[in-house]
Amino acid sequence: MSEKPKGKMAFYWAASCGGCEIAVLQVDAKILDIAAAFDIVFWPCATDGKTRDVEKLADGEIDVCLFNGAIRTSEQEYMARLLRKKSKVLIAFGSCSQEGGIPGLANLSNRKEIFDTVYKENSATFPENPDDLRPQHETEMPEGTLYLPVFYDTVKTLDQTVEVDYYLPGCPPEGDNIWAAVTAILEGKLPDPGSVIGAHSTVCDECKRIRTEKKIKKFYRTWEIKPDPDTCLLEQGLLCCGIATRAGCGALCPEVNSPCIGCQGANEGVQDFGARLISALASVIDSEDPEEIDQIIKDGIPDPIGTFYRFSLAKSLLRRKKQTV
Amino acid sequence: MIAPKDETRIGVYVCHCGTNISAVIDVEALAEFARGLPQVALARDYKYMCSDPGQELIKQDIVDKKLNRIVVAACSPLLHEATFRRVAEDAGLNPFLVQMANIREQVAWVTDDPVDALAKAKAHVAAAVRRVSKHEPLERRSVDVTPRVLVVGGGIAGIQASLTLAEAGKEVILVEREPSIGGHMSMFDKTFPTLDCAACILTPKMTAVKDERNIRLLTYSEIESVEGAVGNYKVKVRRKARYISEEKCVGCMACIDQCVFTKPKFPNEYDQGLGLRKPVYMPFPQAVPPVPIIDPETCLQLSKGKCKQNCVEACGERGAVLLDQEDTIEEFEVGAIIVATGFKAFDPSVMPYYGYGRLPNVYTSLEVERLVNAAGPTGGKLVLRDGSVPKRVVIVHCVGSRDKNYHTYCSRVCCMYSLKLAHLVKEKTDAEIYNCYIDMRTSGKGFEEFYNRVQDEGVHFIRGKVGDISLVPPENGEQSNRMTIQVDDTLLGKVRNFDVDMVILAVGLEPQPDTDDVRRMFGMSCSTEGFFLEKHPKLAPVNTANDGVFLAGVCQGVKDIPDTVAQADAAAAKALALIDRGTFELEPNTAVIDEDNCSGCRICNNLCPYDAIEYDEEKEVSRVIPELCKGCGTCVAACPAGVITGVHFTNDQIFAEIEGMLFDAMPDLLAV
Repeated sequence: MSEKPKGKMAFYWAASCGGCEIAVLQVDAKILDIAAAFDIVFWPCATDGKTRDVEKLADGEIDVCLFNGAIRTSEQEYMARLLRKKSKVLIAFGSCSQEGGIPGLANLSNRKEIFDTVYKENSATFPENPDDLRPQHETEMPEGTLYLPVFYDTVKTLDQTVEVDYYLPGCPPEGDNIWAAVTAILEGKLPDPGSVIGAHSTVCDECKRIRTEKKIKKFYRTWEIKPDPDTCLLEQGLLCCGIATRAGCGALCPEVNSPCIGCQGANEGVQDFGARLISALASVIDSEDPEEIDQIIKDGIPDPIGTFYRFSLAKSLLRRKKQTV
Repeated sequence: MIAPKDETRIGVYVCHCGTNISAVIDVEALAEFARGLPQVALARDYKYMCSDPGQELIKQDIVDKKLNRIVVAACSPLLHEATFRRVAEDAGLNPFLVQMANIREQVAWVTDDPVDALAKAKAHVAAAVRRVSKHEPLERRSVDVTPRVLVVGGGIAGIQASLTLAEAGKEVILVEREPSIGGHMSMFDKTFPTLDCAACILTPKMTAVKDERNIRLLTYSEIESVEGAVGNYKVKVRRKARYISEEKCVGCMACIDQCVFTKPKFPNEYDQGLGLRKPVYMPFPQAVPPVPIIDPETCLQLSKGKCKQNCVEACGERGAVLLDQEDTIEEFEVGAIIVATGFKAFDPSVMPYYGYGRLPNVYTSLEVERLVNAAGPTGGKLVLRDGSVPKRVVIVHCVGSRDKNYHTYCSRVCCMYSLKLAHLVKEKTDAEIYNCYIDMRTSGKGFEEFYNRVQDEGVHFIRGKVGDISLVPPENGEQSNRMTIQVDDTLLGKVRNFDVDMVILAVGLEPQPDTDDVRRMFGMSCSTEGFFLEKHPKLAPVNTANDGVFLAGVCQGVKDIPDTVAQADAAAAKALALIDRGTFELEPNTAVIDEDNCSGCRICNNLCPYDAIEYDEEKEVSRVIPELCKGCGTCVAACPAGVITGVHFTNDQIFAEIEGMLFDAMPDLLAV
């Protein structure tokens, strides 16, 4: 046998929707190449495995861990720390682990507000929860003490929890990019630690639409207009985030007349996706009159945080809504 | 030059600025604090860092102590950044490896408590130290300058600047959009306070422009576009068709005499519509160039295509009348530009209570200038529209000026020209003349003396703003054009009403209506009232933010003729200094676009206030033209991809500075 020994790979799913788990399969038949190159030592979604199996591994025994999802509970934090210790290379896989993703928008609330909504104010639960019961970390039962993970006030990214070696952006990451990352790992051609494995330009680079100088008089919601298929969507007043979003998806959404929502995150070197986008759009609103500008924004962008920080609130300079003590 | 990879050794210099800084900030404690900051090799405090010994101290340390970064904690960088950069350069250090911490204006002068002041000063110094460690050595670049100047506007400012430049042997392209040069000054009868005849002092200069070989005069022309940057502008000028060849015409006026309109029929713009002209006309007798013009809107041939074309016949073999002439575009390369586009007189028809445009005997001051002018529509006779001579005249000051509904600024010239008009009207009609003023502002050379003279001549002065002008009610069923003036006399403390038969509105000066287009075209800024913004109100009054563009005359701000002429010469001198030297040094702190990663989204394309960004259609990337870029950072902030870097203002440098400012909140930053 001249084959080199197989590497060890792990996958983990923290605070995320599960799309990243499916996305791994986007590499299609190449999944067999991955299976040929790696032993999958831990992948709760696809294979049987227990935390204690991971705990038993030697430190650094896992060659690569693809970790998707943000950190919102104590259990996720424990798994992040554990997998960090056991892995040579830890990759933040997808938006949630890289920038907080959609779960990160929960940082507009705190635990109490979230629990109030879920267990009290929600019409689906309220009548059935007259005693206002809430999940408890510890519950005494005749058989002994039961534990639930602690639900944190703030959603954190993976790298706000443990050191991360590489980032694979996207919600979810594209198959080609996943394969490129795996190839880089197999060939030992990884970039400098801390890098995002991806392009250094933005979605406009991959978008075939015709762009001219921009002046925007009104923003439209997607259902309000039928956009011209050849002209830049932003120029048509659709808030396309492609200008600020890292390339790599092939401009999938604009291709089908739908504005980019920014899932690939900020471009290389950009600290705060939303701030960049706001600053760019503010520059091209076609009015000099402050009141008119306010109106253009109010009418066309009813949910600024959800628009500008849809995926990146937890990672942004804002991070979360101010906590009142 | 010290290689940037050498160990970073920062020298921090805390200036006492006499007692300006040291009276509030404990400078020794500040220097001691600086010594504890990472990468700081030495820190000193000194009485005057900007003095020769202070500068020498830094130079010596750079050499002896092998410093390769300098922080000077002193005054605003506006004041002495250039000084300390030169110090570094003299000592063999790249000048851009210097950073100033402004502990005077931003700390000592605005903080009373010494404890607070020291804490703030520490933050400034920590910020500067962290920032300077991220500085890169930068090189200035030099460009050649085309020795030719474009002067825009042929009023007294443009004329004066052009003549001065021509006198120095420089080529000038003088562009005027009206058919003749001369501007507003050529409309005036006399000038205050000397009562010189405006035409007598202006027309020799106009003729000199025509005769000067170094000046290429383009009247009835407008700037189409300006490209390029300081030292090398490419200018396109649209020469509007005047339908009479400037080269062939000898100014015999036969075309005007023979026009099918035997009598002048159309309002003459130059006479403020008070006089009439034919479709083919000379704006005024001393016009330069002395070539008639045909107005295509009233000329029968040009507007309707049907006319006997007597003018063509009258011109005969000379063939100067060219009814098929079209606009042409001429291109010029110039190294500097003087903008002297003048002003517009305030239009009082927007103030209904003054009745302008509704009451026949309400005039603007500019109209009265034409009425008292010997070359004007009445031959210098001051008569009302019905031909009668006014007996009681009121001059209403501050019309459109010092009025929060219109212009809050004082137009500066109105008090004086009102006195002049009072004198001239009195001289010509012996009428009773009332000046209704808010304040008399006569603070120029010989102005107060002129005011006294006009008072002695029996002109009345009422201190108060005119509130209303209305027709006197009909007497015996007959409606006259006499008017009642209502004025709140603030000296008497009561409202006065009196009748007059002529009102002169002393209208203010305001920016030209196309100011914004002109501003964009020449890469300048405007102040809030709309006048072009000088680079510095005291220290660079004729420069603009665009290094090769200079300002002269009222387009920069209201002023009288002497000030305009002085400013025009100043602008000419500045332009001369630029083109005579032959080269221009560019600051290196421009914006740079990483073309490899620019996705060509075009967000930045129309943001640049200096038009320094071009879009490469082929490569689909945007590009900054370094000669035009001022490093303002607008595009840097706007680039959604973050691929535009402000050289000397990189993210790294700015974040380092912020972190330094927050040193007491981030103690680990201080770890050496």
